[in-house]
Amino acid sequence: MKLTRRDALALALGATAASFLPLRAMASSDEVIAMFTGGADVGAGGLTLTAPEIAENGNTVPVSVDAPGATSIIVIATGNPTPAVATFNFGPLSGSQAASTRIRLAGTQDVIAIAKLADGSFVQASSTVKVTIGGCGG
Amino acid sequence: MKKNMLRMAVALSSILGTAAVADEGANLVINGDIGITVRAPASAHLDNLDEVLSGWLFRADETQVMQMDDFDNPGMIWVDAARDQFAAVEGGEGKSCASCHNSPEDLAGVKAVYPKWNEEAGEVRTLQMQINDCRVSRMGAEAQKTDHKSMLYMEALMASVSRGMPVNVAIDGPVQSTWEQGKDIYYTRYGQLELSCANCHEDNYGNMIRADHLSQGQINGFPTYRLKNAKLNGTHSRFKGCVRDTRAETFKPGSPEFIALELYVASRGNGLSIEGPSVRN
Amino acid sequence: MASGVKPRVKVPKTATAGDIITIKTLISHKMESGQRKGKDGNIIPRSIINRFTCDFNGQNVIDVTLEPAISTNPFFEFEAMVPESGEFKFIWYDDDGDVYEAAKSITAS
Repeated sequence: MKLTRRDALALALGATAASFLPLRAMASSDEVIAMFTGGADVGAGGLTLTAPEIAENGNTVPVSVDAPGATSIIVIATGNPTPAVATFNFGPLSGSQAASTRIRLAGTQDVIAIAKLADGSFVQASSTVKVTIGGCGG
Repeated sequence: MKKNMLRMAVALSSILGTAAVADEGANLVINGDIGITVRAPASAHLDNLDEVLSGWLFRADETQVMQMDDFDNPGMIWVDAARDQFAAVEGGEGKSCASCHNSPEDLAGVKAVYPKWNEEAGEVRTLQMQINDCRVSRMGAEAQKTDHKSMLYMEALMASVSRGMPVNVAIDGPVQSTWEQGKDIYYTRYGQLELSCANCHEDNYGNMIRADHLSQGQINGFPTYRLKNAKLNGTHSRFKGCVRDTRAETFKPGSPEFIALELYVASRGNGLSIEGPSVRN
Repeated sequence: MASGVKPRVKVPKTATAGDIITIKTLISHKMESGQRKGKDGNIIPRSIINRFTCDFNGQNVIDVTLEPAISTNPFFEFEAMVPESGEFKFIWYDDDGDVYEAAKSITAS
């Protein structure tokens, strides 16, 4: 097919527009992690991620994170359409660097937590959560 | 404290990675002080059950824990909203529920005996029907549809102040023919799938239907906060969904069929405690 | 403007100065994720609470960024240090610009 000048211009404009789409709309787990860690190495240990092995219902899954001495903890659902779930930033009057919440999981997947520790280093913990579609009324 | 022990058991089982099926030996105590009877001997009228079991027993540990504290239980946020509504004036007569009933706590025990016969009206009434009657004839307010939000919140409030009290629904006398009708519906197979309530909830409770852990289908915990839709759900809405899931033309909330069914199903739970608002899948 | 949004907070009424206490918060909010389609087949736009903060006497306890994967009726449980008597302030920020607040006092002896 012969590309007219009009078509070529439209194509070029479209490509440029796409490159300006907000990163958040297209962010993958890796990109979310990179935005949090700035690309630094991520170790292990000192961070507990609690999530059920089988979620009663993917709409409301209780999870907790705990990283003594952390300044912030991010939770990422690697199998969700938008992987970022929450970022907990602990202030001077936090009693512990722990938090619990309830999240939505689109399907069986790994849930990852990454903590930024006081010394600026990062550690990660991961948990596989099975999410099922129920029987009747599910 | 039992609550802490259960929390520890939940935490331990999460760490040990055991399957998330309910601990069937567990007992339910809400806020550390409301004891809930979750298993009771079946009433005489139940031929096929020895023991009646609350739906709480069939849920995963994490879901059970959510019901043990009024703050963790999301359903309670609408109980609070209903408290405000209870005290608010509505309708032409310038009255609120509180004008006659003083406080929600004064109505403790009411939920436990509904649905029941209303002599004046000559009919079996569900709690929502009775609330509507008060609204229309005493407050000069409009009647609300069955399972309308504000109705559901009010029913949840009524349940919450009766928690721990045994379900005690009458099945004889003037309600008997309605009760028989409800029993009939319970054992009738509906839909393309030709399933009756009993097929799942009497013959197969405790088994898995795909990924759902089947309960006995008791309604002592209604209105219930379902994780699936993150809101309070009423019995008629649940019945409607169940019948629809057999791929049948389902009945309407507020219909005579569902009033009869609610009466019958409530009576199956006689002996269990009122538990609402409960937390279920 | 999101309707029917009601916050609920659980904070102990008293504590010993220097104690660590547990705080629970719940707010009724749909948390429309932006993934669902309406009856007309179009995407229902995202409308969530995107931030939650808790401060005590002007100092920050926790500052949470929420994404659409937080369940309807966002629930948080966390711990705070109570150096003295004072007031906890809780703020939830909605995508649509609304701000919801709650406050609870605590007496520390």
